[in-house]
Amino acid sequence: MLARAGEEKILILIPAFNEEGQISSVIQRVRKEIPEAQVLVVNDGSSDQTEQKALASGARVLSHPFNMGYGVALQTGYKYALKYGFDYVLQMDADGQHDPRYLQILLSEVKDEKADVAIGSRFLGKGEYQAPLVRRIGIYLFGFIASLLSGQKFTDPTTGYQALGRRAIEFCVDDSFPGDYPDADVLVMLHRAGLRIREVPVIMHPNVNGQSMHSGLKPLYYVYKMFLSLFLNLLRKQYLVR
Amino acid sequence: MLFRQKIFAIVASILIMLVVVELVRRRRLREEYSWLWLLTGGVIILLVSWYDLLVFITHLIGAIAPTTTLFIFGLLFLMLISLHYSIQISKLSHQVKEMAQQLAILKGHVEGQIDPGP
Repeated sequence: MLARAGEEKILILIPAFNEEGQISSVIQRVRKEIPEAQVLVVNDGSSDQTEQKALASGARVLSHPFNMGYGVALQTGYKYALKYGFDYVLQMDADGQHDPRYLQILLSEVKDEKADVAIGSRFLGKGEYQAPLVRRIGIYLFGFIASLLSGQKFTDPTTGYQALGRRAIEFCVDDSFPGDYPDADVLVMLHRAGLRIREVPVIMHPNVNGQSMHSGLKPLYYVYKMFLSLFLNLLRKQYLVR
Repeated sequence: MLFRQKIFAIVASILIMLVVVELVRRRRLREEYSWLWLLTGGVIILLVSWYDLLVFITHLIGAIAPTTTLFIFGLLFLMLISLHYSIQISKLSHQVKEMAQQLAILKGHVEGQIDPGP
């Protein structure tokens, strides 16, 4: 392990798939916000200039040989963090939706408040995030189910803006971590594993180029998969992280 | 069951089994994938040639014509084979994911992307 004593290593993890338009400015703003952190872009088989632009902006880049999905890209970052002895992972999207000003707040939540996971919620009062109605219903529904299953209130289970501590990183490198859309099901899994999760209010900007991960028929599959995943999690043996 | 039906079923089964064996011999099909196919052919031959067994099973499952039994079992076997492939594909997808992740990390290491510090 490369970590030196007394010094905590922070990794800012940005999964990116064809984000050449935004990636440079995201990296620059992130580096300004937390200069002591290492910025890692996991390039998920982009066909554009994402990798070159991220490298030119001074980030480290890991590239998948082909597109594997958002969750797999996140997990590659977790595996990297674990392998090289990072204490905290701050993850955010590459499309500029997540305002880097909240990185410090998320970090202090896991660092000082001793939560294992801090998740940034759009719906805790800050900013007026205008999601399309269908998406809002989906977010509300899965937030409700996740709250019901875990006994803890979740207002924004789909958020990709999170901070993870060491225990959470160790948990998420497991094979059970979903490769396509990790959200409400992961929160329930983390909760059942005995990890402490806290929600933090953040502002999210509307997507600049308007292309969401969830388009076409994917939302239908997403709803099906999330229900199945949440349900099967309940049937699986509960395992606790010490 | 008509004699012609019997002949056809037996000939078709034997042909399939011969093709499977030939594919394994040429190493185009791995041994572990061949057994379900051979079993399918074998069971059809058994049912056709041992007519009383076929009639017994037909009564057992409540079918009327013995040919229905053959079709049902043929279909069941095909479904099992498909399921078997779905399981294999899931396993392969998982292995591909692990490899892609390891490759990305190792490639980053080789290209000097990875070193301590900000």
